[in-house]
Amino acid sequence: MGRLIYEAIIDGILIGGVYALMAVGLTLIFGVLDIINIAQGILVILGAYLSYVLSVHLHIDLFVGLLITVPAMFVIGITIYWAFIRPLRGHERTGMALLASYAVAIVIEGILYWIFTPNYVQLRAPYVTASVRVFGFYLPYIYLYGFALALALVGLIYLMLYRTKFGRSVRATMQDQVAARLIGIDVNRVAGLTFGIGVAVTAVGGMMYGATSGGFNPNSGYDLISRLLAIVILGGLGSIAGALVASVFMLTLESVVNVWSPEWAIVVFYAALALVLIFRPAGLLGRQAVREQ
Amino acid sequence: MTGPGAAWRGGGILALLAALALFPLVFTNPLVTTIGVDTMIFVVAASAWNIFSGYSGYISLGHAVFFGTGAYTVGIAARDWNLTGTTVFWLLPLAAAVAAVIAVPFGLLALRVRRHTFVVVTIAIFFIFQLMAYNLPFTGGTTGVSAPFLAWQPGTSNDPFYYLAMAIAVATVGLSWLIRGSRFGLQLRAIRDDEGRTRGLGVHTMRVKLAAFVISAFITGLIGGLWFYFITQVLPPSGFDPAFNVSVALMAFFGGLGTVAGPVLGALILEPAAQYLTLEFPNAFLSQIILGALFAAVVVLLPRGVIPTVGEKVTSWRARRSDHLAARVAAAAARPSAERSSS
Repeated sequence: MGRLIYEAIIDGILIGGVYALMAVGLTLIFGVLDIINIAQGILVILGAYLSYVLSVHLHIDLFVGLLITVPAMFVIGITIYWAFIRPLRGHERTGMALLASYAVAIVIEGILYWIFTPNYVQLRAPYVTASVRVFGFYLPYIYLYGFALALALVGLIYLMLYRTKFGRSVRATMQDQVAARLIGIDVNRVAGLTFGIGVAVTAVGGMMYGATSGGFNPNSGYDLISRLLAIVILGGLGSIAGALVASVFMLTLESVVNVWSPEWAIVVFYAALALVLIFRPAGLLGRQAVREQ
Repeated sequence: MTGPGAAWRGGGILALLAALALFPLVFTNPLVTTIGVDTMIFVVAASAWNIFSGYSGYISLGHAVFFGTGAYTVGIAARDWNLTGTTVFWLLPLAAAVAAVIAVPFGLLALRVRRHTFVVVTIAIFFIFQLMAYNLPFTGGTTGVSAPFLAWQPGTSNDPFYYLAMAIAVATVGLSWLIRGSRFGLQLRAIRDDEGRTRGLGVHTMRVKLAAFVISAFITGLIGGLWFYFITQVLPPSGFDPAFNVSVALMAFFGGLGTVAGPVLGALILEPAAQYLTLEFPNAFLSQIILGALFAAVVVLLPRGVIPTVGEKVTSWRARRSDHLAARVAAAAARPSAERSSS
């Protein structure tokens, strides 16, 4: 039993790293645009299907394929921003953007069903099934590679935010849009690029999800978005460090409960969110934490 | 409000009620009357959603919790108490009461957080309920709860459901109108505009929000119970349906968020449209794509809904017409004076 729990903890941490990457995209979009991108879940699935097409039909390796799918998702993200998010104005903008992104999710889901049918598919590669022995635990290579890649990308986003001029304008926009506009920042451009980056990371998340989840179909987007939302709320909306901590915490918790009861593991996931909100309505690391960094 | 505007409005409401009451007498095709019952159910659900979310500005995407709870409550109660025939309809208030009771802890938890977070918390709680429907011992798991004991005659049974749903719809819209004009409704709308200031003025905002949430849940649970008797089966994904969450919000947004007539108009247009698309396009995915695109177009092109937009157009047309009249009167008044001054 003890051994199973240790294994569950390690699995949870590794998968948590991948969820962190998807959640960082979501929380970044929230921080800059003040909107919740409900389409993030189905975009992850779209990324997974793109990887699937590249690997099955063109025989491109999953990780190499990311060189194509990441820019593709970036472009899709910017297109969604220009077509559906940017035109929204006024008092109810947050609510409208939520519904607009929900509408986008419904359309993408329908298109994916049409092309790929509701049959479950899975991404396959030699390193998906092969494992390596580390300290007596067998870990599939894909978990290790995916974790490393996710950490590298989250690190890259951090560097971009805190070491570049663009990052400074992103953070300025997060703090105060009007003031950012006054000092000459093109807020629309910043918002569009942020949306693109937030969506681009779903290509990596989707590839990992497609390889490790044991099968996905267009409906999997709902499961993903509800988990991602729970993670970003738990971490504190707009906080990147919070998203990291919350992903690892939630996925580890789920993985450990899963040892006893697979049916209730996901309920524990949402119950943890409810409990945290009773004591800390702003999440573990509220938005203030980002500003102070 | 008095004058010709009120008369027009009263006449319009009477005409709409008469048209709705005559609908099943004119269209007897069960396929059509089924759409009629579904539409009435959504008139109630969208109006109930609007009483909380439209007036307070807290967008709930978890109202399917109450709808599904209502459906499961009457299903389980009728099953376990061996009720048959029309006696089961006496269980509808129970469905509403259970949904209202669930709304209290739900609201106390979810209404603590900020507006954006609230949306997400409602989604999370919604998924907890769907998972409970799958996993609890008395909900029947993936096979759900069905009601063979009801034994309606298919094709003949739509009309009673239609009129019952319509009666609930009229009562709900009436309640919505009463609330909107009341002190309670004013407090809700003040919360929507500026919650901090409303609290500063001495309104117990939490109490007001929770009361609206519970009222909204009560009605949604009631209509969920009726829906169960209509389709005689509830499954976890049909009772706790994510599409329901979005549909009611979309209907209210389409017609006009926070107006009394908006959700009614939204439901009367969008539900038949959705059902028609499903019938017209056997490819379910194509109808889903069209619905999603329609939904996106509504949000981007009609962001404030049909009723506020049309209302503004009418107001500006009236203003222009009265400007025009005023200009003619002024011109007529100016002419003789000009003649006088020249002479």
